[in-house]
Amino acid sequence: MAARKSAAKPNVSPEELKQYYRDMLLIRRFEEKAGQLYGMGLIGGFCHLYIGQEAVVVGLEAAAEEGDKRVTSYRDHGHMLACGMDPNGVMAELTGREGGYSKGKGGSMHMFSREKHFYGGHGIVGAQVPLGAGLAFADNYLENGRVTFTYFGDGAANQGQVYETFNMASIWKLPVVFVIENNQYAMGTAQKRSTSGEDIYTRGAPFGIPGELVDGMDVLAVKAAGEKAVEHCRAGKGPYILEIKTYRYRGHSMSDPAKYRTREEVQKMREERDPIQNVRDLLLQGKHATEDDLKAIDKEIKDIVNASAEFAKESPEPALEELWTDIYSDDVPQGDAIEA
Amino acid sequence: MATQILMPALSPTMEEGTLAKWLVKEGDTVASGDILAEIETDKATMEFEAVDEGIVGKILIEEGTEGVKVNTPIAVLVEEGESVDDAEAPAAKEEASAPAEAKGDAAPGPQEPASSVPAAAASPDWPEGTEMKTQTVREALRDAMAEEMRSDPNVFVMGEEVAEYQGAYKVTQGLLDEFGGKRVIDTPITEHGFAGIGVGAAFGGLKPIVEFMTFNFAMQAIDHIINSAAKTLYMSGGQMGAPMVFRGPNGAAARVGAQHSQDYAAWYAMIPGLKVAMPYSAADAKGLLKSAIRDPNPVIFLENEILYGRSFEVPVLDDFTVPFGKAKIWREGSDVTLVSFGIGMTYALEAAEKLAEEGIEAEVIDLRTLRPIDYGTVIESVKKTNRCVTIEEGFPVGSIGNHIGAYVMQNAFDYLDAPVINCAGKDVPMPYAANLEKHALITTAEVIEAVKQVTYR
Repeated sequence: MAARKSAAKPNVSPEELKQYYRDMLLIRRFEEKAGQLYGMGLIGGFCHLYIGQEAVVVGLEAAAEEGDKRVTSYRDHGHMLACGMDPNGVMAELTGREGGYSKGKGGSMHMFSREKHFYGGHGIVGAQVPLGAGLAFADNYLENGRVTFTYFGDGAANQGQVYETFNMASIWKLPVVFVIENNQYAMGTAQKRSTSGEDIYTRGAPFGIPGELVDGMDVLAVKAAGEKAVEHCRAGKGPYILEIKTYRYRGHSMSDPAKYRTREEVQKMREERDPIQNVRDLLLQGKHATEDDLKAIDKEIKDIVNASAEFAKESPEPALEELWTDIYSDDVPQGDAIEA
Repeated sequence: MATQILMPALSPTMEEGTLAKWLVKEGDTVASGDILAEIETDKATMEFEAVDEGIVGKILIEEGTEGVKVNTPIAVLVEEGESVDDAEAPAAKEEASAPAEAKGDAAPGPQEPASSVPAAAASPDWPEGTEMKTQTVREALRDAMAEEMRSDPNVFVMGEEVAEYQGAYKVTQGLLDEFGGKRVIDTPITEHGFAGIGVGAAFGGLKPIVEFMTFNFAMQAIDHIINSAAKTLYMSGGQMGAPMVFRGPNGAAARVGAQHSQDYAAWYAMIPGLKVAMPYSAADAKGLLKSAIRDPNPVIFLENEILYGRSFEVPVLDDFTVPFGKAKIWREGSDVTLVSFGIGMTYALEAAEKLAEEGIEAEVIDLRTLRPIDYGTVIESVKKTNRCVTIEEGFPVGSIGNHIGAYVMQNAFDYLDAPVINCAGKDVPMPYAANLEKHALITTAEVIEAVKQVTYR
């Protein structure tokens, strides 16, 4: 039950390492493009970028199996790309177009994909935590061996519903990995000013939930921790907590002037701890890839992102009739339900 | 001096109970705190303790007796050497063993003779000649859940005390025995958390029935009801939603004060993406709950503690359902349209009966569901009667009656011979004192007065 730090690194093949590089780069370039489109007025409202945190979702997706579920907060673009959702559909949702995952009706914070088992995209801080445990409850009920990754931030970790959920997830032994993406700022409030105690991963201990601290700038460390957590859940031992220390380079949202931290702090993190640069170095130093190989990947990613931006601009706005659709369902529920 | 032991009121709404078992016999010496008997209320079996010490002189009510009214003498306690004949009835309050439930006034809610079984003038809900049985609302709700759980393995019920305790209001009685702990799940007292888990389970393919012990506690969970359950289908462009039921007693019970007495009908009826049912009769409770469980959308199902114990005729059919968005006309009339729902129907029907004695024929419409609302039935009726009064227990500002009034004005203005009057609860938090509570709720006299205003009598 003791919470402990994870240091062990998994063995990965050069191909896998290249895949992680590619997946993280896709998120970074996609988010940079989203920031650009926001500046051009093509994306409205709130837009929370994931730049700097890429290793968290890419590492955990590497630990997931087909059919596993994920649910997260409003900072959700990275999670969607990492689980294989189409960049075109995500970007077109950001621009509020018909081709978006929610036909333009959800926006940046509210996107879903039943096909990829991505259950949102939730705009209320902490609300996704019991929802994620509920998904795990369904899997437990259906006895399908699946695991749900429930992501939330260090800010959400102070929500009461998180602890209500820890309690129930533990007594019912739900197969859920609680992933605390600790980017060290709850909007503009530093962790030490908002959060009692330094370690959040230990907060499961009173509920009997093991937890560990993970270096979120190291995709391999995240993957190793994820595999351990998933194994724990699949073995029927109940929930597991991963506190993944990460860093967001950009503001909380596009409209955040980020006066609560210094430029130097951000710069230092980018230069010394960048998760993408880390993998790039591993690939080159280990001679698993050449500069040219990586350039080819960069080019491929750039093309995907540019195409998504084009798609998102060209996709028409939803038809006015869409205002009145999807309020009520006439269908029987879909999903993994038992045949009645 | 000998004292009578009276049948105690063991819950805020208890009027009578069953003397299930005597744990003492005549001649036994008892001390205060000793358990004298087991008494079964409509909600639970309770142990009844002695308040005074003495000798059990005589047992007046045999064990197994049903329908023993609150305050009926059930035994006589004597002192050493004393005779039973010396017994005197003590003041009621000296005998009460449960706190706060003042006896003899246990249910100051709407009064209706317990024996009467209201029946609609005509029912399109079941075929003519259908066999009927008398059932309480409580039993009808339980049967609805049990039937749906038998036919769909994805349906489960979760909430506080729904399993081992058999339901705080006994609505889930027997479900644990039949369906087991996997499908009848006791939760900790954490509405915010378990409502969210219920919504997540619905996203994941199950059909949860989330019981709130009362809807007052659903305030802690309202973010998940509205932001997570009601909006996800829309926000996901139709990809996923929350097929589930949130149910439990709503509105004032009796003498439980401001935080436990509130009608949420208008709150939930405001939200697109939710469906809202608020049945009055047992047949509607059953038919609507079965429809609610099958509905692929989140349904708010507002029950009422005072109605739980009321009996109605329920059709004996293999699979009886009542559709949403279809009002029921309980009484036809030509002079005024009374529009109500849930427990408001007790005032509407009682007022209609009294008005008939004065020659005013009221048409009484039970909306049954508040989202969707059957506007057509209301408008058709108003076109006939030219007058409309709405009746509900909820707060008056932003009420269902306000909405119906506005709708009638916009869609049948030329047919109205008088302004629509909304009868609602008073614009005050619920007081505890019995007399104040009665006035805070709607009264039949107020409904009659409103009808007289709109009919210019």
